[in-house]
Amino acid sequence: MPQVLTANRLRDGAVVFLGAEDRWVERLDEARVLEDKVVADTALEGAKADEKANLVLDLYAFEVVRFNGGVRATHLRDAIRAAGPSVRLDHGKQASRP
Amino acid sequence: MYRYDEFDAAFVADRVAQFRDQVERRLSGELSEDQFKIHRLMNGVYLQLHAYMLRIAIPYGTLSPRQLRKLAFIARRYDKGYGHFTTRQNLQFHWPALSDVPEILADLASVEMHCIQTSGNCIRNTTADHYAGAAADEIEDPRPYGEIIRQWSSIHPEFTYLPRKFKIAVSGAKKDRAAIQVHDIGYQIVRNERNEIGFTVYVGGGLGRTPMIGHKIRDFLPVADLLAYTEAIVRVYNLEGRRDNKFKARIKILVHEKGAEAMRQAVEAEFAQRDRDALRLPETETARIRAYFAPPALAPREAVSAVFEARKASDERFAAFAATNLAAHKTPGYAIVNISLKPIGGIPGDATAEQMEAIADLAEQFGYSEVRVSHEQNLVLPHIALEDAPALYDALLAQGLATANTDLVTDIISCPGLDYCTLATARSIPIARRISERFGDGARARDIGPLKINISGCINACGHHHVGNIGILGLERKGVETYQITLGGAADESCSLGALTGPGFSYEQVVDAVENVVNAYLEHRIDRNEPFLEAFRRLGMAPFKEALYRSNAGADI
Repeated sequence: MPQVLTANRLRDGAVVFLGAEDRWVERLDEARVLEDKVVADTALEGAKADEKANLVLDLYAFEVVRFNGGVRATHLRDAIRAAGPSVRLDHGKQASRP
Repeated sequence: MYRYDEFDAAFVADRVAQFRDQVERRLSGELSEDQFKIHRLMNGVYLQLHAYMLRIAIPYGTLSPRQLRKLAFIARRYDKGYGHFTTRQNLQFHWPALSDVPEILADLASVEMHCIQTSGNCIRNTTADHYAGAAADEIEDPRPYGEIIRQWSSIHPEFTYLPRKFKIAVSGAKKDRAAIQVHDIGYQIVRNERNEIGFTVYVGGGLGRTPMIGHKIRDFLPVADLLAYTEAIVRVYNLEGRRDNKFKARIKILVHEKGAEAMRQAVEAEFAQRDRDALRLPETETARIRAYFAPPALAPREAVSAVFEARKASDERFAAFAATNLAAHKTPGYAIVNISLKPIGGIPGDATAEQMEAIADLAEQFGYSEVRVSHEQNLVLPHIALEDAPALYDALLAQGLATANTDLVTDIISCPGLDYCTLATARSIPIARRISERFGDGARARDIGPLKINISGCINACGHHHVGNIGILGLERKGVETYQITLGGAADESCSLGALTGPGFSYEQVVDAVENVVNAYLEHRIDRNEPFLEAFRRLGMAPFKEALYRSNAGADI
């Protein structure tokens, strides 16, 4: 199952995803899709350097499914985490969506 | 209310400086997360689903307008313009940046507030009856004792690394509005045969994964022994509480495994052998602290206010508000006014910065500058002249703060749940909103009468669902949210834990299920004077189970 690597940014706690060129991005649709668990584990190992470098914390990989040209989290918790609270659509990442 | 003396102020300022330094060293990498985490927790900083969360202590739920305005300021400047009041009388901000937290703490310190010990395995905020100092049925104001416990427990060197968190509550009336029987220690103010004030002591209550009702271990504890006895309890817990399993580490498990009688003996033995004089509260000291909580000099008022009566007669909605949101004050001509933070369809316990400032203004204008936070996620103005109630109501109405639903079915208590919390297994707030909308703000809710609904988004039970008249627990099964319903819980002096109805309900069906429960109550109650809880205790589970699990009721077996 495809996965995406995620963490929280240390400075402000914002949810970030591992994107292209190992940069951390704020939007799920910019995240690098890791095709399977093996690829994800490799990326996770690499990303631990950023934990040590105090950029991010609480690294983990979550499952996604391809959807409409992008990806969507398969688990509700990750979907809420990627979008923002379902009860305040004016808060979180969903608020700045075009 | 209690004012910091110069020692308190210096202490808090030191802590802010200390944490500022810790944050800087964390951001620079000098401290790893493992090293830093324990410090950030002791300063109330959590990492949640979308952001950090900051939990601010509001000792025994008492706030001054000045403090409330500062919370509003912080909400605007550092957060998203609102705050969330919790089931332990605290306030949470759900979007602060770690890098801003030292500034926030400095702002809080300027109004004698802090976040110390709102997390971690230590003694947390001591909560009290939100009608303290005002209620007509009060024996004595519990807040001085809350303050004494607070001072003693703040950064107590022996109790900074308890097996787990520790929560104390104090009730000042026979009517328990502080849920003392589901706290680690519950203190009930009582009078003995000589009319002396003291405490009945309960130990080992708690909710969470393994709800338990506290055991009474002392009928009468003299006031002077409050700290010595509290220390004895916490020492026994610190020594014998389990540290091998996080889910068995609360004192309730110790009491359960040891037995209540053995626990009582251990506490009494510890109490007897300690140097009682070291912690005996001198009457002068207790009196000094009580003086900070002296009731305001309320202007004498007629017991019946013509203005109040006239407004009730001419305005149905004001009459409804007066009937539900006002509670009896000990002084004639006054009332306690409940400000609902449960607008129909709204998020329970949230208040905007504008609302906080409005309440601060109203407290100053009408309320002798006192505001309270209840553990049911509402605010209270404890000293309002009946004469002023109409004007207060109009001002509250303008701010969306006049929902007439105190203790009614729409006065729902809900944790933040999966929308905010890393621990959650299901969403709780949307369920609260939909239930609120289903029953609405009118005759139907009033006809149903007092009915406490508590919703928790996971097994940790921060929504206190075990003591809801209707409790809802959101779980996850195979990636899908499922909601269990419990009935017959109560947090007051008749404390009981809710009983599970049976199989859970889906996100789509749980609100219908709740409505079926309510309809069953309406069908079987003797009359309007028999509230839900009483009816349930008389009828038992059978009619409710039947209403829920009729073949077309839609539970997911």
